[in-house]
Amino acid sequence: MGNILIFAETQKGRVPKSSLIAIQAGKDAASKLGGDVLVAVLGADTADAASEAAGYGAAKVLAVNDVALENYLADAYAATLEQLVQANDVTLLAATATAVGKDLLPRVAARLGVGMASDVVSFHDDGTLQRPMYAGNTTATVTLADTIKVVSVRSTAFDAAQPGDQSVVEQVSVSLDADATKMQFVEFNETKSDRPNLTEASIVVSGGRGLKSGENFTTYLEPLVNELNAAMGASRAAVDAGFVPNDLQVGQTGKVVAPELYIAVGISGAIQHLAGMKDSKVIVAVNKDPDAPIFNVADYGLIADLFKAVPELTEAVKKAKE
Amino acid sequence: MKVLVTVKRVPDPETTIRVKSDGSGIETDNIKYVINPFDEIALEEALRIKEKMGSGEVVLVSIGDSVVTEQLRTGLAMGADRAILVGCDQDLDSLAVARILAKIVEDESPQLVLMGKQAIDDDANQAGQMLAALLGWPQATFASEVVLSDDQQAVKVTREVDGGLETIGFALPGIITSDLRLNEPRYASLPGIMKARKKEIKEIVATDLGVDIAPRLMINSLEPPTQKEAGKKVETVEELIGLLHDEAKVL
Ligand SMILES: Cc1cc2nc3c(=O)[nH]c(=O)nc-3n(C[C@H](O)[C@H](O)[C@H](O)COP(=O)(O)OP(=O)(O)OC[C@H]3O[C@@H](n4cnc5c(N)ncnc54)[C@H](O)[C@@H]3O)c2cc1C
Ligand SMILES: Nc1ncnc2c1ncn2[C@@H]1O[C@H](COP(=O)(O)O)[C@@H](O)[C@H]1O
Repeated sequence: MGNILIFAETQKGRVPKSSLIAIQAGKDAASKLGGDVLVAVLGADTADAASEAAGYGAAKVLAVNDVALENYLADAYAATLEQLVQANDVTLLAATATAVGKDLLPRVAARLGVGMASDVVSFHDDGTLQRPMYAGNTTATVTLADTIKVVSVRSTAFDAAQPGDQSVVEQVSVSLDADATKMQFVEFNETKSDRPNLTEASIVVSGGRGLKSGENFTTYLEPLVNELNAAMGASRAAVDAGFVPNDLQVGQTGKVVAPELYIAVGISGAIQHLAGMKDSKVIVAVNKDPDAPIFNVADYGLIADLFKAVPELTEAVKKAKE
Repeated sequence: MKVLVTVKRVPDPETTIRVKSDGSGIETDNIKYVINPFDEIALEEALRIKEKMGSGEVVLVSIGDSVVTEQLRTGLAMGADRAILVGCDQDLDSLAVARILAKIVEDESPQLVLMGKQAIDDDANQAGQMLAALLGWPQATFASEVVLSDDQQAVKVTREVDGGLETIGFALPGIITSDLRLNEPRYASLPGIMKARKKEIKEIVATDLGVDIAPRLMINSLEPPTQKEAGKKVETVEELIGLLHDEAKVL
């Protein structure tokens, strides 16, 4: 077994929790398969992020600084990672299946001419991996046949790495040809929110079509979200209808969350939604239809009109805190 | 402008998927098959581009055994001009799909390839990115808006990413994969269905393309998800709060 390379994202000079999860997944894989864990940090100025990444006990941090890497772009980042894989005897390349991880890793895999497994939830001693398919209706045990294996890991399946021994930071330069710099970054419209991050929060309150409007999200759901210091999520139907921004969508094709407490309000529980939240520790559903499929996965189901129940719930939480 | 749209045949998202008792696959009896929903969105975008430009060609390609003709006919009925069926009866991973598609792109030289961001059966979310890598083309995955330049030489794509919307740009040719909110696909009209019968579906055989399609990602077995015990149903907020506090201890 060669080395394990973890791609760490950077956000405003910091390493996000999602990437600490990838580092932990790398350590898990190393304990089963052997090899050293290396962490790659890419950007135009990675000094801060690289020294942060060095605090988690990896064997080495590879820092690549290049103006072409200022903003994440699939072509330049994939070409860079390919070179890091080739130069460091890497046999496992992994990152978390975030929007960036999903966009980037398949491109690296194809450049390397190897197959890839997405959304891996566990590594086994015999080299097999597990990953969900069919909107979480099955878990598949899979094998990657190539010597170099590329995997994205599901953030809910691993803990974040804990601080550990300080790693060496090695500055690496790469050469990026014209084919690797065709894409241009134009702009990023960030969804502004003071609330906890959806994929990191310990409580998530999600709303569905049952809320009927964006105003109702504000009037009915937000007070509960705030009272619980929770993150807000939504079903696809609520996002499609424009009630809330797209990055709140939980599900097969949205975000996957597994908080301590997930409260689904006015959500029917389509399989595509369940795929993104059914591993939550405790699930509460508020729905007026006693036959709604969400009740099949809910630990506690409140059969009620949400417009009456949610304000009561908010009040009760407030009281409980006093 | 010529746009290539990839179409995968997948189980209808409304059908319940069950794993066979021996774990060798899923039960396929009584399953209805459709065009992968993301591919339908990709096709709709291609049709809109052609309509807006007033000229161009939309070519479908699907890889699979002869039954995928059904999905190609549906796509032709929606308005695509012609289709290519790459016959293949073995299971393919996304790399093999991308390698086959790279060959088709070489032959067809489209300026744009529109694909789905993910096939809802394998949930891989890989083929578009892999095809872009093999061709050395730029890629815009998870697209929620596509704006072509007036001269049709470049594109700006807004992408659904974590924490907001990102816009990137590049000169064509390139690959775009669709997210759910790119558009609302049209239904095939009756005249569309009639016309589709006469449209060409060119058949080629995957093994004739001279590419290595042996799967690198092998599925050993499938397991059904672990079943959760039925939860408790309550009718008042008071009862719920009590349970969350005393039993679940989350409040
Ligand atoms: C390819 C594909 C991918 C998809 N990906 C996702 C995904 O990632 N995430 C996702 O969520 N969905 C996804 N979907 C959509 C999914 O199939 C469902 O359509 C969607 O989840 C339904 O959203 P909903 O539960 O909010 O709406 P509905 O199914 O309309 O349910 C609304 C619920 O609100 C309840 N309700 C209404 N009024 C009240 C009231 N006053 N009080 C209490 N309850 C009330 C109703 O009883 C009902 O159960 C996908 C679909 C496809 C085809
Ligand atoms: N057999 C196939 N035939 C045609 N297109 C495919 C096939 N498999 C995958 N694709 C395309 O690649 C996209 C991503 O697939 P995947 O990588 O399997 O999630 C799909 O949305 C399709 O557009």
